[in-house]
Amino acid sequence: MSNESVDGTRRRFLTAATSAVGAVGAAAVVWPFLASLKPSAKAQALGAPVIADISKIEPGMRSTYLWRGQPMWVIRRTPEMLEGMKKITGDLLDPESKAPQQPAYAQNETRAQKPEYMVMKGVCTHLGCSPTFRPDTPAPEIAPDWQGGFFCPCHGSKFDLAGRVYKGVPAPLNMVVPPHRYESDAIVVIGEDPKAA
Amino acid sequence: MAIVPNPYKTTGALGWIDDRFPLTKMWRDHLSAYYAPKNFNFWYFFGSLALLVLVNQLLTGIFLTMNYKPGADLAFDSVEYIMRDVAWGNIIRYMHSTGASAFFIVVYLHMFRGLIYGSHRKPRELIWIFGSLIFLVLMAEAFCGYVLPWGNMSYWGASVIINLFGTVPFIGPDLVTWIQGDFVPGDATLNRLFSLHVIALPFVLVGLVFAHILALHEVGSNNPDGIEIKKNKDPETGIPKDGIPFHPYYTVKDLVGVAGFLILFSAVIFFMPDGGGYFLEQPNFTPASQVSTPEHITPAWYFGTYYAMLRATPSFAGTQIWGVIVMFGAVVILFFLPWLDRSPVKSIRYKGPIFKTAVGIFAVTFLLLNYYGLQKPSEFVTLVSRVGTIIYFAFFLGMPFYSKFEKTKPVPERVTE
Repeated sequence: MSNESVDGTRRRFLTAATSAVGAVGAAAVVWPFLASLKPSAKAQALGAPVIADISKIEPGMRSTYLWRGQPMWVIRRTPEMLEGMKKITGDLLDPESKAPQQPAYAQNETRAQKPEYMVMKGVCTHLGCSPTFRPDTPAPEIAPDWQGGFFCPCHGSKFDLAGRVYKGVPAPLNMVVPPHRYESDAIVVIGEDPKAA
Repeated sequence: MAIVPNPYKTTGALGWIDDRFPLTKMWRDHLSAYYAPKNFNFWYFFGSLALLVLVNQLLTGIFLTMNYKPGADLAFDSVEYIMRDVAWGNIIRYMHSTGASAFFIVVYLHMFRGLIYGSHRKPRELIWIFGSLIFLVLMAEAFCGYVLPWGNMSYWGASVIINLFGTVPFIGPDLVTWIQGDFVPGDATLNRLFSLHVIALPFVLVGLVFAHILALHEVGSNNPDGIEIKKNKDPETGIPKDGIPFHPYYTVKDLVGVAGFLILFSAVIFFMPDGGGYFLEQPNFTPASQVSTPEHITPAWYFGTYYAMLRATPSFAGTQIWGVIVMFGAVVILFFLPWLDRSPVKSIRYKGPIFKTAVGIFAVTFLLLNYYGLQKPSEFVTLVSRVGTIIYFAFFLGMPFYSKFEKTKPVPERVTE
């Protein structure tokens, strides 16, 4: 060790440079750990579209399919049901479906490509529960003028038969309409948009 | 000040150790010569009981992990295997599940003790903050453990809680997918919650408990009179006149509390292990199903108060994040208690009627919220929860005012019997 005096400026520079390079290195090490939490290649592969045969659904009934592990519903709505939906638009938060909870081709009065078939994701927009299908009317314990719809047992959110949310419930948005296209009259592919005409 | 090895000059085998490790010093500093106020009452059982329950959770947890299998296809069956085929497995699991509920009962009472006797006041703010952190980690730990059996309530409980993060603006949905490691709660989710439950969170929890106790022993314990016993020391010995050594006096006293606790604890384990559907919920005896939500989703009972607040807050401006903010705010506000309380005295014994009434209303509100947080949603439940949420926050946010201006009684020099 020489007895020369310490060069404070050089020492500070070296300390700062080492710290900066070390911090970049630490950040680079953190990245793989955070990225490892993403859905794995296997989980992503399971996100492929699902093919639903809707020809067997009776009028007024619902059929459930799984896409990306989440329930996808197809409800075959009767003319009475479609009529009932018009009576309660005043009770709904977003009756015209202005919020982007559906593809553009489902942004209409019935939120469907074909009014008879409602294709929707069976997940409450509040905190992800699966609402109960309640087509029965009247049901005064849910709403005085209940015209059929969905009732979420978790926090009491209410939706009509097009998945439109009622006012004054915890859920803030209409239920999601997933991308879907009709392969034929009997087959609907959930998870894919219609091919451009 | 430099550390001097073996300050008590022990000899023989103990001396050999003390020359190398502060065994006698630690024993004296934290037990035989740690002077605690002589007037501890019933409320002071819950600190040592919390430690006991922590040890119970760690031990039973180690043995459960030997037979439990994380994984969406394995978890439910492995829990049933523990319950049916592993010798004494059902008792070990009930000790763990009942222990979780006991932990929260004990911790809630321990926190209430701190609140009424002013144990959060100067110089014990950091003890309180470490304690609040323990409460927060404990809630995370309990949630992760609740998911592990992968019953239907586990599944939907996990779904609801993880979806809380979906309310974050812009990045919410991606954040949820990242946390779950899948598009829905699945195998990846269960495995990472298992990892947190058995490694990361217990590690943090034990560390915080050490910090909590070290901070306590640095400043000394508060007491039901809220008097600093260190201000009145015997001039010859330097020992507080109102202090008695923790060991043997309080170790023996706490043993009485332990005995009483274990009577109740084992009664639940042997005769009512599901706690009437509150400690272990019925829907969780069916395997997780992605397509059927249980009729009525409730969190574990110990989250009832905070869950009531989440449900009571309506959505606003197209987002439901407000409920999440209110719920987390209710826990975060605890951290600020040392600075919200401006009363010139610490203990409720010398405070005036306003504080006593406020604490009483707060306690009743807390219990009511807890009850209604577990009931089926209805307009009445929502109304009670909303009023309760407002009272909860008013108690804390109003405290700087009502505690400051209220007339208090004079505090005596020495602790009372």
